Amino acid sequence: MKRLNPALLRCSYAVAVSLFLVPGNALAMHISEGLLPFNWAALWFAVAIPFVGYGLYRLKKMSEVDLSFKPLVGLMAAVIFIISCMPIPVPTAGTCSHPCGTGISGILLGPAISVLITAAALLIQALFLSHGGLSTWGANIVSMGVLGSFAGYGTFRALRALRVNMWVAGFFAGLFADWATYLGTSIMLASGIKGADPFMPIFTKIVISFIPTQLPLGILEGAMTAGVVVLLAKKRPDLLIKMRVIKAGEVVL
Amino acid sequence: MKERKVVAGSQKSKNKKQKNKHILKIYLVCLLISALCSLSAFAAEKWAGVDEAVVDKIAKEHGVEKQEPFINTDQGDLLLFVFLTAGTIGGFAAGYYWRIIMVERAPKVTKNEQTNKGR
Repeated sequence: MKRLNPALLRCSYAVAVSLFLVPGNALAMHISEGLLPFNWAALWFAVAIPFVGYGLYRLKKMSEVDLSFKPLVGLMAAVIFIISCMPIPVPTAGTCSHPCGTGISGILLGPAISVLITAAALLIQALFLSHGGLSTWGANIVSMGVLGSFAGYGTFRALRALRVNMWVAGFFAGLFADWATYLGTSIMLASGIKGADPFMPIFTKIVISFIPTQLPLGILEGAMTAGVVVLLAKKRPDLLIKMRVIKAGEVVL
Repeated sequence: MKERKVVAGSQKSKNKKQKNKHILKIYLVCLLISALCSLSAFAAEKWAGVDEAVVDKIAKEHGVEKQEPFINTDQGDLLLFVFLTAGTIGGFAAGYYWRIIMVERAPKVTKNEQTNKGR
């Protein structure tokens, strides 16, 4: 019988057990049901649809070429679903919020597939967990899926092109993915609720209110993203080469 | 020649250690700045989510209130049950795929390769 590496097995069990600890009352940043007026909600749906469609196309294309990346898609989908409904207390602010995880998936799977799995996670949360909303699904896809994934992917690629260390590139990718998501939420919320009032004061107020919680949480998300990318680069460099995250020449044998 | 290689190697590891120290310093400074910025903003209600403390609150100030979800599971312990079920399924899925990636489909390393790496 094939012997499994006990350290890796223990690590897998630890991941599985720790994920059981998702607290019961997840209150975080998704825009709740009914907060956006119909025209704004429809606009964000219209923005989200092409990205989700392109994500489906990319997934189909990649499945035709190579089936071996599917477990990575499954892992990322589970990670995004859990991370994005896991409230983390921020002691300095006295509030809770959640990381997004889209930085990690954007880097590892590419932004298009990352948008797709984020959309699926957000739909389940809106339907069964009273987290987000069906009318605001499009807006939440754009803020968390599109902005988070593209910010994470773009930052990582840009920093790696500048030959920045993988840990640092991963850290800033996670940080900017998180902050981009909350910036997006602020824009959407401000434009949706402003009515006849000017946009900037409401937007600034929302952004400033997010800062105490999201500033430390962004740093946490950065560290988490860097940790996952570096761990996978050490343990499965072949997979990351296949996903074009790293080049074959970068792997030290 | 060998000595030169050894010196270059130790210099490399020194540089790496210095780099790591710099990263740690930057990280600590970031944490400190974020903590200082956050001190002025203690929430009125402890551990409220930012959707309540920020999103819903500001929306309410502008006359917009959130509606009941399509399937309202936020009733008593029902939400706790739903979250635990979701966490269990998600946790199993993550653990299962992690095992496939890290154990089952990981490239096999022979004993010779392992000893070479150890050197």
